[in-house]
Amino acid sequence: MRLAGGVLPKVCMCGTHILSLHPQRKEEQRVKISLSINGTQHEADIEPRFLLVHLIRDVIGLTGTHIGCETSICGACTVLLDGKPVKSCAVLAVQANGGQVTTIEGLAKDGQLHPMQEAFWECHGLQCGYCTPGMIMAACGLLKETPNPSEEEIRHGLEGNICRCTGYQHIVDAVKYAADKMVA
Amino acid sequence: MKQSLIGQPAHRKEGRDKVTGQARYVDDLTFPDMLHGVTVRSPIARGQLRGVQFGEGIPWHEFTIVTAKDVPGANCVALILEDQPYLVSDTINHPEEPILLLAHADKYLLEEARRAITFEIEPLPAIFSIEDSLNRKELIWGEDNTFKSFLIEKGDVNAAWAHADFIVEGEYETGAQEQLYIEPNGMIAIANREEGVTVWGSMQCPYYVHKALIKLFDLPPKKIRVVQAVTGGGFGGKEEYPSMIAGHAALLAWKAGKPVKLIYDRAEDMAATTKRHPSKTRIRTAVGKDGKLLATEIDFTIDGGAYATLSSVVLSRGTIHAAGPYNWPAVRVRSRAVATNHPPHGAFRGFGAPQSIFAMERHLNKVAQTVGLSPEELRRRNFLQPGETTSTGQVINEKIDLSSLLDRALKLSDYQTKKTRFAEFNASSSTERKGIGFATFMHGAGFTGSGEVYLSSVVGVEATETGKVRVLTSNTEIGQGSFTIFSQIAADALGIDFSQIEIAQPDTANVPNSGPTVASRTTMIVGKLVESAALGLRQTLVAGGLLGERYSADEFAEACRQHIAQHGALKSFSKYEPPPGVHWDDEKYQGEAYGTYAWAVYVAEVTVDLTTYETRVDDFVALQEVGKVINPVLAAGQIEGGVAQAIGYALYENVVWREGRMVNNQMTNYIMPTSADVPPIRVYFEELPYAYGPSGAKGIGELPMDGPAPAILNAIEDAIGQPGIQTFLGQIPLMPETLMKAMTAGGGND
Ligand code: FES
Ligand code: FES
Repeated sequence: MRLAGGVLPKVCMCGTHILSLHPQRKEEQRVKISLSINGTQHEADIEPRFLLVHLIRDVIGLTGTHIGCETSICGACTVLLDGKPVKSCAVLAVQANGGQVTTIEGLAKDGQLHPMQEAFWECHGLQCGYCTPGMIMAACGLLKETPNPSEEEIRHGLEGNICRCTGYQHIVDAVKYAADKMVA
Repeated sequence: MKQSLIGQPAHRKEGRDKVTGQARYVDDLTFPDMLHGVTVRSPIARGQLRGVQFGEGIPWHEFTIVTAKDVPGANCVALILEDQPYLVSDTINHPEEPILLLAHADKYLLEEARRAITFEIEPLPAIFSIEDSLNRKELIWGEDNTFKSFLIEKGDVNAAWAHADFIVEGEYETGAQEQLYIEPNGMIAIANREEGVTVWGSMQCPYYVHKALIKLFDLPPKKIRVVQAVTGGGFGGKEEYPSMIAGHAALLAWKAGKPVKLIYDRAEDMAATTKRHPSKTRIRTAVGKDGKLLATEIDFTIDGGAYATLSSVVLSRGTIHAAGPYNWPAVRVRSRAVATNHPPHGAFRGFGAPQSIFAMERHLNKVAQTVGLSPEELRRRNFLQPGETTSTGQVINEKIDLSSLLDRALKLSDYQTKKTRFAEFNASSSTERKGIGFATFMHGAGFTGSGEVYLSSVVGVEATETGKVRVLTSNTEIGQGSFTIFSQIAADALGIDFSQIEIAQPDTANVPNSGPTVASRTTMIVGKLVESAALGLRQTLVAGGLLGERYSADEFAEACRQHIAQHGALKSFSKYEPPPGVHWDDEKYQGEAYGTYAWAVYVAEVTVDLTTYETRVDDFVALQEVGKVINPVLAAGQIEGGVAQAIGYALYENVVWREGRMVNNQMTNYIMPTSADVPPIRVYFEELPYAYGPSGAKGIGELPMDGPAPAILNAIEDAIGQPGIQTFLGQIPLMPETLMKAMTAGGGND
């Protein structure tokens, strides 16, 4: 009996497309893109199906954006694209062409923490820290839309970002704390 | 001298790195010339491996290929028993068992190569249930499919049945649960004959990995170095399995002569690595009509999967916790861990206790119903009191008062008022049912029995010329806050500033073996050693006449400088000593099972939707006695995180198995609680300082995993209580479909 090796191949959510098969090898289908990441303009020559998260981590080398699932569930890879939170594992790098990306590394200015970063540290809105960059970016996006959210609005607003450590209570506290600071 | 740091919400030591994206997890590290590795795994549960075929179209000569034949030392993961191979050589015992390893610089080509490999396998019949294993439908492990069994006996159980007013029986079942740390597992290795083997990775226990690699490579301990990278959660899931991944990365690196990075993606991590042991429990209880518990007989079985791994110790903890915090005149607990052809189950927060506690806390509600008492009154009449003994005969010598702990929890949750209010609500609503329920339980802190004595942990502290003090332990920060807690303890013992304490990165080349980061032992056991090592360091300075009784930070720094100038270095080590009067009989399972226990009452409030049969947890009160709380915010965070995981355990997290393989191995179809699913968790502490913990602290990490599931199911029973449904409320996870079936079959839902 002949059987292929275990673990179901990584497929996209519809279950039919095999994801991320060596985008660098097919030379003929490459595209040039240009985008700003944390205020610096970058050019890249990539395959059309190359994901934004891989561009950020593997090409640009900004490793604060994390990968937890690659199926657009956990939110660890959340960045801001033109000011809106997106899951960078669910965005093709070409879709960000001409855009402005902010990652966790772009939040603090001159060594001064962003109020949301300060709030997460102050209120213990993190434990292992793996979900934290994505959570902070999503929370920044949430406050842009809803500057003074209720607890309920925070819980629903961050529903797309999974944290296994905290039970979310201190994350909610942190977002409230940051909202107060940023309004004041 | 400064104000004490104990009991203060000190900031997380590594917090800045984590909020700025500077913390480096293993996948964030790269080395020059590094290759990527993958594991090629068994597609079936059991069989004989006959051959490997390398498919067309792949430049195989570019790949490093490792099979069992390439293992330089012993092909087994050294842990307790040495039955689990790193790579299959002939017999396959579970789906996803590693057979072959590949490395290449291009990770995308690597993935294509993995899929181009096929195995020739002669299938063998496999077993997947506890029953089939017990009945030896197939003999798959040892002489009787049993990894380990225990028997605890206290009093005369047989004599109790005759004069019982009621005998209550019940059966309970718990499912597997995935740890689902958000950072998947991963390792990087550099390995060659000259330098030996070095690995960096995500892990809880560097010295477990160290021990395993010594055996795998047959190298002297000095030639193996294990370094923990920043680790994105563990919960037990990175206790034993990292030894496997580290070995694989190192085998590839050894053969390739280049660094190899081996990172699991989510699907592989969920399908191949360990989960919480599924369990089955039968309980038979004798009770008087006054509600006095007379005797109980508990039969507890866990599914260990295909290899022994940690099942014996998980079973041990589950067995000891099975009788709960009650004064049973007679108890018999029989337990066993059995083999199936599932991937091995392993450590997960709570470590066997959540399973057996679930059974007992559901069962006692049944007992209460039978006797005609409220669940709270039944427990009040039977709580362990100081001076009484647990099932292992351990005398309770702490001043715990469980009745008043229960009263306080019921008050905090407004239990009685809500009970009345919900009864009225339920009578008038046709779309929802509300209920409230609780569980009372205890959790032993630290290793079981003589475990800590065998471990004999060592912790060091060393001073620098600038007056900073570095703590040297092998205990890892995995999110729980150990670096912060150690800093608070050391700073407090030395009377210096929190910012003057550094924590060395756990690296077997630089830190002593202070034992694994498991079993709620890090604060209580290792923290105590940090405290005494720090006190030792200070004593050295005082005894040397370099430091007075009172001193400033500058004077302390000056004293360190002088000592280092005179003696070259200033270090102090402390080694574990068991508290006096601790006796444990490993044969009879009698004695002081744990140095101390944490005690808790958790109350859950739920709403069941009668259209979708979904259950929502609306409010949660977690009240616990955990000794002195060193950092109240970190401690609350531990409880909140544990409760959220346990809500998932009770209601959402359903591992779907097919032929021994987890088929919902993605976050898209294995559902864990989001911020919108978890209610505000209200955490309260009581503090009875424990004489042998640092500043009186006990362990808390696992406690919050134990109580929520039974509390939630007790609340659901309160919400929808109707005859015939009891058996369905004996199982977790309780999925909406199960509830629907139960409610529509068991007499309708109104
Ligand atoms: S890695 Fe993108 S959502 Fe999980
Ligand atoms: S802090 Fe660990 S996953 Fe959120």
